[in-house]
Amino acid sequence: MTQKEQHLSDLKQIRSLMEKSTRFLSLSGLSGVFIGVFALFGAMAAYVYFDYSFYYGETQDMIYFADSQTRNQFLLFVFTDALSVLLLALSFGFYFTWRKAKRRGDKIWDNTFKRLLINLFIPLVAGGLFGLILLYHGEVAILPAITLIFYGLALVNASHYTLNDVRALGILEIFLGLIAVFFIGYGLFFWAVGFGVLHIIYGTLMYFKYERN
Amino acid sequence: MNIIANLNKMFESRIRLGIMSILMVNDWVDFLALKELLEVSDGNLASHLKALESEEYMEVRKQFVGKKPKTSYRASLLGRNEFNLHLENLNKLLSNTQEVVKKRD
Repeated sequence: MTQKEQHLSDLKQIRSLMEKSTRFLSLSGLSGVFIGVFALFGAMAAYVYFDYSFYYGETQDMIYFADSQTRNQFLLFVFTDALSVLLLALSFGFYFTWRKAKRRGDKIWDNTFKRLLINLFIPLVAGGLFGLILLYHGEVAILPAITLIFYGLALVNASHYTLNDVRALGILEIFLGLIAVFFIGYGLFFWAVGFGVLHIIYGTLMYFKYERN
Repeated sequence: MNIIANLNKMFESRIRLGIMSILMVNDWVDFLALKELLEVSDGNLASHLKALESEEYMEVRKQFVGKKPKTSYRASLLGRNEFNLHLENLNKLLSNTQEVVKKRD
């Protein structure tokens, strides 16, 4: 190695270490697995509720035209289902990440984690609000696709502050969301794949890559 | 090439250079985190930390988390200045090559 190459590689190392040390690395693969499992449970409940079908093309009619009792019942079910999935997924997600952080001797609530959450939640909250506004207009047709796309963007954004692998998951979610726009009415299926299957696969891969040793 | 003389001997070691890089962009960093980031052995890391400590390039803090002792490190003002000077000199040495000009932020 010439002197110049030596200096150049020094600079590269400095840059890479500065980057690596400012990322939250305790993100647990098991968190991903459990988030996926609960998402699948939620999707299963909806699948049963929709009379064992992934197709719910009449949802829009249900929200727009059905009598208020049917409509309220439908909305109540959707909110209960979504909220329980969210709460269970978040609590188990936090638990396994907390456990991994503890095992590594890291504090979970450190700067890297705060930075990760803030950058994850900016696109996520924007997407959530956008979805709610669509719902307010009774536009549910592209809602599943929108949630997947915004979630994917949030992951890509967050990947700068944690394991780089999160970026790949984000890109897959965006891709899946775009495909979902073509298949209006099959949102439940795409949700099950995006929030369920992809999380389980990602989490399992991460678990074997970083944790099982 | 008298500019070579400006490069800090303390940062000739890859590991010491790495330790300081991490400390520059973080507040307190503990031993385990340094070890994982740098992928070095305990003994190797400890000896380099001691060298940096004796030059007063960093501060050391010892505390107990539960029953486990935990040692954390933070770059001192002197360490920061020396590191920045070293970086500047590295860049100066390389600034005539296109590759680095491209890479500089």
